[in-house]
Amino acid sequence: MLWWESCSGEEARVEKARDLPGGEPVLRARGIDKSFGAVRVLESVDFEVRPGEVVALIGDNGAGKSTLINVLTGVLRPDSGEIFFEEKRVRFATPHEARERGIETVYQDLAVAPQLDAVSNIFLGREHRRAGILGRLGFLDGSRMRQETEDQLTDLRVRLSSLEKPLSTLSGGQRQGVAVARAVMWASKVVIMDEPTAALGVAQVEMVLDLIRRVRDTGIPVVFISHNMPHVFEVADRISVLRLGEMVAELDPATATTDDAVAAMTGSARGNGEAA
Amino acid sequence: MSETPSQEGNGGGGIRGVLTGLGPALIFGILVGLVVVFTIINGTAFFNPENFVNITVDASVLLLLAVGMTFVIITAGIDLSVGAVLVLSSVVAAQVMVALSGTEQQVQNYQFPTQGIGIPAGIAAGLLAGLLCGLGNGFLITRLRMPPFIVTLGTLGIALGTAQILSGGTNVPYVPTAIQSQIGERDLFGFLPVPVLITLLVVIVAWLALHRTSFGRYTFAIGSNVDAARRAGINVDRHLLKVYALSGFLSGLAGIVDLARFNTASVSAHDADNLAAISAVVIGGTSLFGGIGTIVGSVVGTFIPAVLRNGFVIQGVQAFWQQVAIGAVLILAVFIDQRRRSAEERM
Repeated sequence: MLWWESCSGEEARVEKARDLPGGEPVLRARGIDKSFGAVRVLESVDFEVRPGEVVALIGDNGAGKSTLINVLTGVLRPDSGEIFFEEKRVRFATPHEARERGIETVYQDLAVAPQLDAVSNIFLGREHRRAGILGRLGFLDGSRMRQETEDQLTDLRVRLSSLEKPLSTLSGGQRQGVAVARAVMWASKVVIMDEPTAALGVAQVEMVLDLIRRVRDTGIPVVFISHNMPHVFEVADRISVLRLGEMVAELDPATATTDDAVAAMTGSARGNGEAA
Repeated sequence: MSETPSQEGNGGGGIRGVLTGLGPALIFGILVGLVVVFTIINGTAFFNPENFVNITVDASVLLLLAVGMTFVIITAGIDLSVGAVLVLSSVVAAQVMVALSGTEQQVQNYQFPTQGIGIPAGIAAGLLAGLLCGLGNGFLITRLRMPPFIVTLGTLGIALGTAQILSGGTNVPYVPTAIQSQIGERDLFGFLPVPVLITLLVVIVAWLALHRTSFGRYTFAIGSNVDAARRAGINVDRHLLKVYALSGFLSGLAGIVDLARFNTASVSAHDADNLAAISAVVIGGTSLFGGIGTIVGSVVGTFIPAVLRNGFVIQGVQAFWQQVAIGAVLILAVFIDQRRRSAEERM
């Protein structure tokens, strides 16, 4: 079943994402500065996310990857610099505002409530309520949420052993699948994934990487944060490299090598030739 | 997809499967087993509708506390103040009833000319006292970021002390007898005592709220992973405030039911109610670590001690044995819960 066949309501947003002319960035940051006390964490960083691409954001520990993501999603406010969402300047005061615009983040550890089942997790905070007076009293429309969850998981080809069992009884890969499905369900514009393949087995990593491609193929761009070069080169259409708070390189995975990426991350000479 | 769901789902194997599967069933089995055993020993002296109604009436006050406690413990919290709030609410209710039902002279002669005002006003005052205590707990826990154990231990002392100051440390006398005859000991349709009806309604509403509404869903989510709940946009502080307010309100209601049954506000009979309620909830399969629990489990967990006590009394066994048995069941229940948790974490 295709994405737009299963959820007619999603059709508009997918088409819109694809229709953006000539790959104008969906999300763009320009000249972002951020300091924590005396420590300069980000220094005039430029970063952009274009429709239908997987952009990898790599960098050593402390390079500023998480800070940049937190700035983009309204968790932190930049000291200076501008953020454009669909070509309009925005200021996200809270993560909630970013989410309302269709930017969803998959966090590596805080993603799910392990004692709740897949349906509850995917709809957490956005439950469908029943029609009429019961809905106003807070009664949930369980069958509708279940159906939409099934459709979503089918689209993403995430297979769970059970929709009713708590996530704690599922494998790490299946749990990550639920976390991604949840983000994709609500992301109309951008999905950001923070180390989604960390702490997963080989087979499960393949599943998550497949998932990332499938999300991109629906037209929603993915920001993929990772330490793992093989994973990055496997899925990324473009690689942005942060080092010590500066965006030092932009690599094309088709021509660049892992060595180039590592060189850019660590600051040795190679790789600079392709810096943006 | 390289994953094979059949392996994934059952991964972890036998022990966990048996324990998670058997946990709730085991506790329910214990209750059924107790009923069977007492029926074999005592015959119709135990197994008759009238006795079952008695057991239910005896369990009703504790069940009201356990229902509120279920919500609190599912959020990974605790409410030690329920028994003290019960006492405070019943003292407040009793004193308002006495004050508004007639002059001092009249009530001391057991005449209550204005009890039509006094009784409803007392009930309202008692419920309000409970609600305010619960809101106080919730406020301290969420706004001052203090651990629920300490906050509710503090309010336990405050509520109980206040109740004793108000009552002078003794049971409140001269409570209008109509509250007992019209509520506490009244049978509707000849068989349904009002306290049982009240408790039944509360249990049904609580079951719906916990398992069928977004209120219940958020309760589980907060106990399971408070950060995930926050990131999902749930207003965690406001929800916790509501949960503790609910526990306080139900404690107040339990105070009213207690007052109606015994026609007096007893200040010293509820010292262990908080621990009894926590035991009942935990025996019923609700996890002290949060995120897991059911209303039905708490009902079963409340009835196990009630049936034991009733059976022992009919049998002529010293009632103290009931406490020994409950302690053992409690330890078993927590053991099951811990095994379940650690089995999950090994995944």
